[in-house]
Amino acid sequence: MSGKRDIVLNVNGRDHAIRVEPRRTLVDAIREDCGLTGTHIGCEHGVCGACTVLVDGGPVRACLMFAVQADGKAIRTVEGLASGDELTVLQRAFMEHHGLQCGFCTPGFLMLVTGVLEREPDIGDDELIDVLASNLCRCTGYQNIIKAVRAAARELRAGA
Amino acid sequence: MAGAKQRFIGRSVQRLEDRPLVTGAGRFAADISFPDQLHMRVVRSAYAHARILALRTDEAAALPGVHAVWTAADVAHIPPIDFRLTKVAGLEPYRQHVLATDRLRYVGEPVAAVFAESAYLAEDAAELVTIEVEELPPLLDARGEPQEFADGLSTEAAVVRKGYGDVDEAFRAAHAVVELDLAIGRHSGVPMETRGAIARHDRPRDLLELFGAAKVPHWNRDRIARMLGREASSVQLYEGHVGGGFGVRGELYPEDVLVCAAALAFARPVKWIEDRREHLIATNHSRQQAHRARAAIDADGRILAIDDAFFHDQGAYLRTHAVTVPDLAAAMLPGPYRVPAYRAAGRVRLTNKTPCGTYRAPGRFESTFVRERLLDAIAARLNLDPIEARRRNLIAPSEMPYRRNLDTLGTEVVLDSGDYAGLLDKTLAHLGWPALQQRLAQRRAAGECVGAGLAMFVEKSGLGPRDNVRISVDGDGAVEVVTGAASVGQGIETAVAQICADALGVDYANIRVVHGQTDRIDFGMGAFASRVTVMTGEATRIAAENLRAKAIAAAAELLQAPAERLDVIDGRVVRTDQTDGPSMTLGELARALAGSGETNTGLCADGWFHSDHMAYPYGVHVAVVAVDRATGGVAIERYVVAYDIGRAVNPMLIDGQIVGGVLQGLAGTLYEDFRYDERGEPLCVTFADYLLPTAREAPAVDVIICEDAPSPLNALGLKGAGEGGANAVGAAVAAAIDAALGLPGAVTELPVTPQRLREMLRRTRSNPSS
Repeated sequence: MSGKRDIVLNVNGRDHAIRVEPRRTLVDAIREDCGLTGTHIGCEHGVCGACTVLVDGGPVRACLMFAVQADGKAIRTVEGLASGDELTVLQRAFMEHHGLQCGFCTPGFLMLVTGVLEREPDIGDDELIDVLASNLCRCTGYQNIIKAVRAAARELRAGA
Repeated sequence: MAGAKQRFIGRSVQRLEDRPLVTGAGRFAADISFPDQLHMRVVRSAYAHARILALRTDEAAALPGVHAVWTAADVAHIPPIDFRLTKVAGLEPYRQHVLATDRLRYVGEPVAAVFAESAYLAEDAAELVTIEVEELPPLLDARGEPQEFADGLSTEAAVVRKGYGDVDEAFRAAHAVVELDLAIGRHSGVPMETRGAIARHDRPRDLLELFGAAKVPHWNRDRIARMLGREASSVQLYEGHVGGGFGVRGELYPEDVLVCAAALAFARPVKWIEDRREHLIATNHSRQQAHRARAAIDADGRILAIDDAFFHDQGAYLRTHAVTVPDLAAAMLPGPYRVPAYRAAGRVRLTNKTPCGTYRAPGRFESTFVRERLLDAIAARLNLDPIEARRRNLIAPSEMPYRRNLDTLGTEVVLDSGDYAGLLDKTLAHLGWPALQQRLAQRRAAGECVGAGLAMFVEKSGLGPRDNVRISVDGDGAVEVVTGAASVGQGIETAVAQICADALGVDYANIRVVHGQTDRIDFGMGAFASRVTVMTGEATRIAAENLRAKAIAAAAELLQAPAERLDVIDGRVVRTDQTDGPSMTLGELARALAGSGETNTGLCADGWFHSDHMAYPYGVHVAVVAVDRATGGVAIERYVVAYDIGRAVNPMLIDGQIVGGVLQGLAGTLYEDFRYDERGEPLCVTFADYLLPTAREAPAVDVIICEDAPSPLNALGLKGAGEGGANAVGAAVAAAIDAALGLPGAVTELPVTPQRLREMLRRTRSNPSS
């Protein structure tokens, strides 16, 4: 393998100076090198979305990006959502609407929706389904995820 | 007078599990790492059927960073993986070794294991292992002639036979006979978290520890200990967060044993995390069966007998479930109906595909499809309304408990309680059935391809024979419930806490529920067969009652008050006859009882629940579908599930179980299918080929939770709720598609793919009179 590269991953506002092989995926770097295991790996081929993080504000499948490609970019993961004990509107909505069972896909859904609602706060209900169809959940049958996300979108709009 | 007691059972309280999971603080298998750990990568067979001629590992072993490469010779001392359930004599030769010995029997079979300093390196090295083989013809159809599995052993491993009554005489005397050829495709649980196992040997204590356990940690602990020649008490299994189970996760697989053996051999922790391709070819598949089912009926459509012969495509080996799935299919096929004579013969056939095990509603998704197709065929044959055909055959409440004269999972099938017709009425009233049918008929007349289908079923739950729970209160008043049950994400911490809260008199949010840790409790049966709420729930109630009695007896002495005037309310022992009487918190009592010198010191109690019989919830599914004639696609316009589970501990969680189950059922009905080419090469090895439904495909589901028939088998009347959502989807959607096409009996095979549906549409067009 070619030599390792020195890069800096800025995750949730904190710099992590790490040394990685060029082939190391962003999700492995976040989990193993930065120690943030809230981002999960579900398929490693970009379909399930369990590894979704925000890179410079947009949702990215961290299994399809190399860590070196994220050098210097602002990365946000599920660990960065809550401030202290205070959950975000979306996190609370997932709990209130029973939008998770095993919880494995949840961080990916939270990051996907967080990114989308920040960019498109007025997104329509049907478009939201298209967005949610980017990620896979095996437990819930999606209905409570849809309810949680719609409720959070409404609450965020009302509070804006 | 003390304040009113808060009740938690029956309320949709928020889950205790959620906060770590929404904040990224969960601890799933892959999140566990230990210093100095090795990473294991499994080299898998690329052949469906072959004889190994040579296995070359030297190049892989020479790669810097590779610690070792194991083949069968390195694990020759480890016996094959044993059966956990439904053992039948003579099946032992069909068990799987942890690494293939001389024959390769499916693509994905573990052949070698590479241990290296990093997961990337291990994967690099695994690619350098070469296998030279002599290819053998693969056996891919369970319906064909059996072949030789090994010397003198047939690929027909067993025939599961169940029945009662004079079936042949019933068919001779029948007014009519309906006969169907039906098939269910190969699909499986496919949880979002792949499997994982991390083992380490704590040498100072000589303790072998396995992390990433799930479902049945105690059984797996005992089995691993035996396989590795250790005492059970020197092996401990720990369950972390579990990313979905659905039957497949937590069974003992080769990889679990390999990491344990390696951790012992190398004196270093060993970590294995499955990738998705591996998961789709190595973790249990399920469901694939082909049935020839016949029903003998009288002139009114009453069933006189059912005779079902089926082939169960087991895949390459018999795993931990042995013949559980075909056994359940045969035992549960009669469903909610009176079947005076019955015969089932399930031929368990080995094929060169991934081995099969259980998947949510195992054997019942399959046999409900068969039975309800038969009921629809009976209705069509006699020109009866399908609902009326069902009504004429339903077991009446007055016949409960109803002895089936069948057994499964070591227990006799005795339907414990139920008002099947009552639930049918409720469902139809909810839907406004006549008006709905009228609207659909109008739309069909206007050229739309729409229809409704209904299916009924009986589920099983609460498999015994026993469960044990221990509850303790510490000096700060914190309540801990320890159970040998397991969590697969279904919400057992919350449900168990709710049951404990009511029986003990504390807030459910102050209860910590510990599960899946073999070092915390000696006995545990785990989580499967919708057993936890029933078995662990009742054991929890008993333990909490015992603890409450102990607390009150001790408080009576300390407070100088009569015990019958004391109650526990919100964690405090109070007098029921005085508003401002003396009281004590449970924490104060725990401190007073600590070291009191009695044999059972401290504020703690055990609860055991024994049950020889299962509890049988029952339900009705209704699907309304629209078929797209151009694409062959099926859209679910409406879906209703009515489910009677005796007593609903947390309706929100039950609703979640049902809705999630419906989508899994729908996946196996319309989308998911593990297909193979003629060489036995699996064609569905990514999520681009194996089609898990997304939010776009997922229908809204109306869930009607009923408590009309509490189980007489436990004090709370509980029946399990985990599998009714999946059970009847294939049956209901098949009936709805038939109705949409105006072609009774059109659907004979699941999944109903667009290709199959377009074929049915061609048949409608070529035969417009039907």
